Amino acid sequence: MKSHPTPMLDQLESGEWPSFVTGIKRLRDTHPDRRIRETTNDLLGQLEYSYETRKGYWKGGTVSVFGYGGGIIPRFSSVGDLFPQSKEFHTLRVQPPAGNYYTTDILRQLANSWEKWGSGLVTFHGQTGNIMFIGANTKNTQHFFNEINEYGFDLGGAGPCVRTAQSCVGSGRCEQSCTNEHEIHRRLVNNFLDEMHRPALPYKFKFKVSGCPNDCMNAIERADFAVIGTWRDDMQVDQTEVKQYLSDKGRQYIIDHVISRCPTHALSLTDENRLEVENADCVRCMHCLNVMPKALSPGKDRGVSLLIGGKRTLKIGDRFGTMMIPFMKLENESDYEKLVALAEETIDFFAENALEHERIGEMIERIGLVNFIEALSIDVDPNMIVHPRENSYVRTDQWEEEAQKWFEHHPNDDPSADVA
Amino acid sequence: MANAERRVPIESGCPDGIQYMHPVMRENFGHWRYHEDPRPGVLRHVAHSGDEIWTVRAGTQRILDLFTLRKLCEIGDQFADGYIRFTIRSNIEFMLSDGDRVAALVEALESNGFVVGGTRNSVAAISHTQGWLHCDIPATDASGVVKSMMDQLVDEFRQWNMPNRVHITTSCCQINCGGQGDIAINIQHTKPPKIDHTQVANVCERPSVVARCPVAAIRPAMVNGKPSLEVDERKCVCCGACYPPCPPMQINDPEHSKLAVWVGGNHSNARARPTFQKLVAAGIPNNPPRWPEATAIVKRILKAYQTHAKDWERINDWVERIGWPRFFELTGLPFTKFHIDNWRGQQKSLNASTHLRF
Repeated sequence: MKSHPTPMLDQLESGEWPSFVTGIKRLRDTHPDRRIRETTNDLLGQLEYSYETRKGYWKGGTVSVFGYGGGIIPRFSSVGDLFPQSKEFHTLRVQPPAGNYYTTDILRQLANSWEKWGSGLVTFHGQTGNIMFIGANTKNTQHFFNEINEYGFDLGGAGPCVRTAQSCVGSGRCEQSCTNEHEIHRRLVNNFLDEMHRPALPYKFKFKVSGCPNDCMNAIERADFAVIGTWRDDMQVDQTEVKQYLSDKGRQYIIDHVISRCPTHALSLTDENRLEVENADCVRCMHCLNVMPKALSPGKDRGVSLLIGGKRTLKIGDRFGTMMIPFMKLENESDYEKLVALAEETIDFFAENALEHERIGEMIERIGLVNFIEALSIDVDPNMIVHPRENSYVRTDQWEEEAQKWFEHHPNDDPSADVA
Repeated sequence: MANAERRVPIESGCPDGIQYMHPVMRENFGHWRYHEDPRPGVLRHVAHSGDEIWTVRAGTQRILDLFTLRKLCEIGDQFADGYIRFTIRSNIEFMLSDGDRVAALVEALESNGFVVGGTRNSVAAISHTQGWLHCDIPATDASGVVKSMMDQLVDEFRQWNMPNRVHITTSCCQINCGGQGDIAINIQHTKPPKIDHTQVANVCERPSVVARCPVAAIRPAMVNGKPSLEVDERKCVCCGACYPPCPPMQINDPEHSKLAVWVGGNHSNARARPTFQKLVAAGIPNNPPRWPEATAIVKRILKAYQTHAKDWERINDWVERIGWPRFFELTGLPFTKFHIDNWRGQQKSLNASTHLRF
């Protein structure tokens, strides 16, 4: 086999950061399977051609495994006559275990299967969270899927469907975790496998789970349905550890970097070196916990917040998720059932009301948040807004009924109750 | 398809990660007390039980070949009882219950060409999209841009030189699958698609192409007696969203696709509310194989941030404090009319006050 010259890509082999070019060349030059050597040779040829001409040459198409409608990113080369061995170079999106945990044994098993049927290139993980097995031809996608599916791996989503989810390292390792990310991740996704494997929604729908408001999974920005751990009682403070930080870091450092960085001025440091927290003012931003993880911990009454409608640019521009349910306990079977039921109602409403290629956040912007929450019977909550409306064009002729509803849910807030 | 292949899938969905989790993590699930950062790339988590788990993090090339994956497995077996995980920035993490083996593991990783780091206030590995390797509307190669940039930033990955963590992302088009970051390097198509009218009727479902356009710039049209599409070029924002459902609307352009740099994206709720990234530089040449112009701008921004931000300030926190006029002054980047939003909701980004910075 004659290797394509790759003078431009060769320049990406120098430098200290691990080089993807060196890795692909190793497959081309030393892999025992001729199919893999030839495939990666032509892949490098096409990539070099892209570098020279500064254009991409992949087109989509339709490839799926028997029984499913999605889960594979089809790629056909538009310069396939020049590089025939990588002319079909599809990616199988495979769902990773919740939390992205692996043993070397299971990774080797996946590697062996991929060696049999694919190009030998893989990414842990793509931006949606899938293991990306990059580079199978149409025929081999089925064989590869059959094999890994037998030992517990399943395709993720591609196209207008429920997508593969992501969850953080969470309770397995992190002291900030307020919930069981893995359980939430698997319950949500595995309840919607039909919607994942047979794309029939208006557009993509993503779940992501972060264990605390640091949101290491970027759920708030990239998930249609973001589940983020939080707490609603008082933050836990270990005053002995506070004193230790003060002695290690100095009083000035703690004032400048903890006390005065609190976004709601909920912290103060007493003359006796106690950290006092005005918990009613705390917005659970996590900053002070991040700086002093040994001294400060989330409260004990833990649960999750739900935000709906985060997405990136296409089509109307970026949106963060909107706070929909500020607090929800997730402790027993019935709590989890409630969460899944809410996700079902959300997806049903999305399926029925969104326009083609419209994310749920865009749909909510189009129809208005109030229409959305009324359709899902979600109670209004002041945590849903940054501030009340400024625009005075509003009909308020049902004010009394709405006020009554509020007091039914919040009897202690009703001033007339005091009079009676 | 042969009958043997008509196999009904087992719809098992997301596998249970607990089965692959280190036993110490399983036993202390939900009962972790605190963590420390003994050195860059190494974490030590301590449980209420007193158990410890040590994590060593290393950057990878993201597009892994099986030789590299097997090498990582070998190192994992030798030093970390075979328990590993990946972060969403494609770093690999090895978990150990015994801190004594950490130094040897770090040494094994470094001597095999991996870079240990990416924790706390370092520049983390760049998360990115597929680019020319696999995407269908890439105006640049994400892997190559990232490799070039990380070669220049490798010491910042290895060390804790920044005021707070820095997340960098790269996307090969404006649709921005790469996500947002403290610094994001994204390609901008700058010219409307070129339409091959002979192909549109054969290849494209025209209503769905029309529906994709965010600015309603695409209309059905008859061209030379055949059904096709036309683009109102004054409206077009060159996003490229019409290309996947309609490849005859070619958006890729070797000359007019340029890189742009955005800063201040932060999805964490720590301190302020989450923020989106903002445009700071555009028109940067798409210059393979090393894209030196883009890297130079990123380094300039990092230098200004490192010099002027306070501990714990992310880039968005820093800019919020010093203000945008000072940001452009400190980085020496030109401020242009393109920095002023003209999309819906633009008014929220305009200064309706006499708060000024000179």
